[in-house]
Amino acid sequence: MKVLSHETLPLRQPEDVVLVRNKVRNWMQEEGYRLIAQTRLATAVSELARNALDYGGGGVARLEKVQNGSREGIRVVIEDRGPGIADVEQAMRDGYTTGSGMGLGLGGARRLVDEFEIWSQPGQGTRVTIVQWR
Amino acid sequence: MEKIPILKLGDLLLVSIQVDMHDRLALALQDDLTGQVVKHKARGVLIDISALEIVDSFIGRMLSNIAAMTRTLGAETVVVGMRPAVAITIVELGMALNDVHTALNVEKGIALLESLIREREAVEAHEGPQP
Repeated sequence: MKVLSHETLPLRQPEDVVLVRNKVRNWMQEEGYRLIAQTRLATAVSELARNALDYGGGGVARLEKVQNGSREGIRVVIEDRGPGIADVEQAMRDGYTTGSGMGLGLGGARRLVDEFEIWSQPGQGTRVTIVQWR
Repeated sequence: MEKIPILKLGDLLLVSIQVDMHDRLALALQDDLTGQVVKHKARGVLIDISALEIVDSFIGRMLSNIAAMTRTLGAETVVVGMRPAVAITIVELGMALNDVHTALNVEKGIALLESLIREREAVEAHEGPQP
């Protein structure tokens, strides 16, 4: 997969979650993605960015315009150096939460995007990579 | 500090969310609204979300909370103006928002609120005055 352009944004406070999801929407709007694709990816990014902030103690979001053959897409990598997730499979399940949320973050985000990949190591952090194709 | 204005119209409170909702702002609105319901003895709350381009699980939970809290305080809540793409993503996320009344626009929302309030008043009249 070829990265055409990228930008990295910090996730330190609740306002950053809004900035990151708006940036994703703006990129997709400019590139002419369908409104529903914009809304799905921005919503997934909002869930994951909040996770990184609330459970990972903050992190970064890397936004990429990518190309795979003739296919174009937007990839977002959200990473934190928090406590990590001991049981990723359990955390993906709806309703699972260690915080005050509804527990829809990870599982919900996965349903909204075309590709979803999660890496997490207790004590090291969590990295979620999602892609929406045009 | 940023604040979402709450307008009083008779025994209704009207809120139109015109800014990007970050989590602190959402929590502040929740607190503010419940306070205003009590202060004005409001019977209904109308929340217009037509300007919201996304509703994630946090904002969804705020809407559910507001509906539940105001109901406990004797007021009904109706959410209006949800964009179609938002409705789709909410369902895909796994949020049903079953406990939140919704209507297409402000006009239909006020009509729904009025009928919900009448229903509630009928029940209250039947049960007799509260001690």
